[in-house]
Amino acid sequence: MSDSLKELYQEIILDHARHPRHAGVLADANAEAEGYNPLCGDRVKIYARLKDGRIAGLTFEGKGCAISQASASLMVEMLQGRTIEEAESLRDAFLHLVKGHEHTGMSEDDRERLEVMAGVQQFPMRVKCATLAWHTLHEAVTGGHETVSSQDETP
Amino acid sequence: MSPRPFDVARIRAEFPILARSVNGHPLTYLDNAASAQKPRAVIEAMREVMEEEYANVHRGVHYLSARATLRFEAARETARRFLNAEKEEEVLFTHGGTEAFNLIASSFLEPTIEPGDEIVLSEMEHHSNIVPWHFLRERKGAVLRWAALKPDGSLDLDHFASLLNRRTRLVATSHMSNVLGTVTPANEIVHIAHAHGVPVLFDGCQAAVHRRIDVRALDCDFYVATGHKLFGPTGIGLLYAKARHLKVMRPYQGGGEMIRTVGFDKITYAAAPHRFEAGTPPIIEAIGLGAALEWWMGEDRDAGFAHEHDLLTYTAERLKELNWIRIFGEAEGKGAIIAFEVEGVHAHDVATIIDSRGVAVRAGHHCAQPLMQRLGTPATARASFAIYNTREDADRLIAALHHVREVFA
Repeated sequence: MSDSLKELYQEIILDHARHPRHAGVLADANAEAEGYNPLCGDRVKIYARLKDGRIAGLTFEGKGCAISQASASLMVEMLQGRTIEEAESLRDAFLHLVKGHEHTGMSEDDRERLEVMAGVQQFPMRVKCATLAWHTLHEAVTGGHETVSSQDETP
Repeated sequence: MSPRPFDVARIRAEFPILARSVNGHPLTYLDNAASAQKPRAVIEAMREVMEEEYANVHRGVHYLSARATLRFEAARETARRFLNAEKEEEVLFTHGGTEAFNLIASSFLEPTIEPGDEIVLSEMEHHSNIVPWHFLRERKGAVLRWAALKPDGSLDLDHFASLLNRRTRLVATSHMSNVLGTVTPANEIVHIAHAHGVPVLFDGCQAAVHRRIDVRALDCDFYVATGHKLFGPTGIGLLYAKARHLKVMRPYQGGGEMIRTVGFDKITYAAAPHRFEAGTPPIIEAIGLGAALEWWMGEDRDAGFAHEHDLLTYTAERLKELNWIRIFGEAEGKGAIIAFEVEGVHAHDVATIIDSRGVAVRAGHHCAQPLMQRLGTPATARASFAIYNTREDADRLIAALHHVREVFA
């Protein structure tokens, strides 16, 4: 396997794709949003329970490529119990990370866990797969009602 | 003039891009249904016209304008021969297939369509042959009727026939599906539609690449083809329309070139085809397309089609040996396109992984969302062949698909 491909389809990504964490509907969700990339057919639905500025619960349902589903799984796993503010700032950092741009404001621990997605840098056409869940999360926590798409993501 | 004997090695040598490698592997280009690569004849013709004989057409009296006009109109004559249209003025240059469909919707149907009038499509249309009719549904209250497919992906002709009635204003169907490869029974479609007095438009964007097209033998009313899939450049398409329709069709866009006289409160229009070609046309692109068609018509096309058919059956047989591959569309007499799924792996992951082996396929909905809905899948991978592909290309595809399985093991 080529090195860049190995980096894209790391074992941990395939593992998340096969065994998504926190998958399913969140019964007492009070915020949700749907993301859809019509070109690929990637779909992600985010359910969140927001309380006192925190993400008290977070799940997702989705269908799509390994990258989009792994990214969603990793995201919901990382954000359980975090503040909305933290989630938003992590989202910014993540968007920079997958596009290969400079990014700051990530703790060492977060950086380590998100680094597994950095392989998409070498695959500009796949950046939108990785970002879909994060854009959808943003829509959910900010109370938007539009279906989100990362289709026009500039690599 | 007898055609050059078919020799795939010689054909490949005409396409400079095929010599390159991608991601350290020889390029295996199997995305021809999206767009074909360009032969030297096209590259040279476009370079030559820009270097030696370029000016605007139809206006200048100077030497270069006259030369460019001659070459531009010669390309139209070439396209006429390619489609076997009766008259040159029945062949319109558009900016691509998409514009041709929009032109028919806007100039032919929209002026006279009434709420409740019907347009018959098939379930395997490309969005370019769907969305312009949706416009008429939204704006004019037209009703879209969809001819069903049989399980093998062929058109259900009985169902199609049952959709026609006195409200039907147009039949617009694919001549060859860009996903399933299905070739529709064009003669029967025309026969049935004309028995109801309904005109027929064929989307020939794929078929024109893989079959001989004879619009007079088909007796269709409209035929659409696009340049970039026919080894020509982007930005140029062909719309064949019967002369009697062109006579009554409303002008499409307004501007230069399409008028006869323009006054302060009066206007008269040029005759077809120029009436429908407002503004400076895609001159270089038309000349490039003319060069592509001349080149292709100079080859033994029937031998080329037979070669494609061999690639199709060879690849399909090899894929069927793999019980983790599902093929969509197995209609009798289909063209050289294979849509498929790798069990448990999304089409985009498939395309990314095999790209690392230099194999280019399309993954997604192929601009045919209604069809994908019918097939019950959001996305498939699609390998589509051209005359310059080889069995080695097919072997590399198969090997790369095994690699997909390894990655996702």
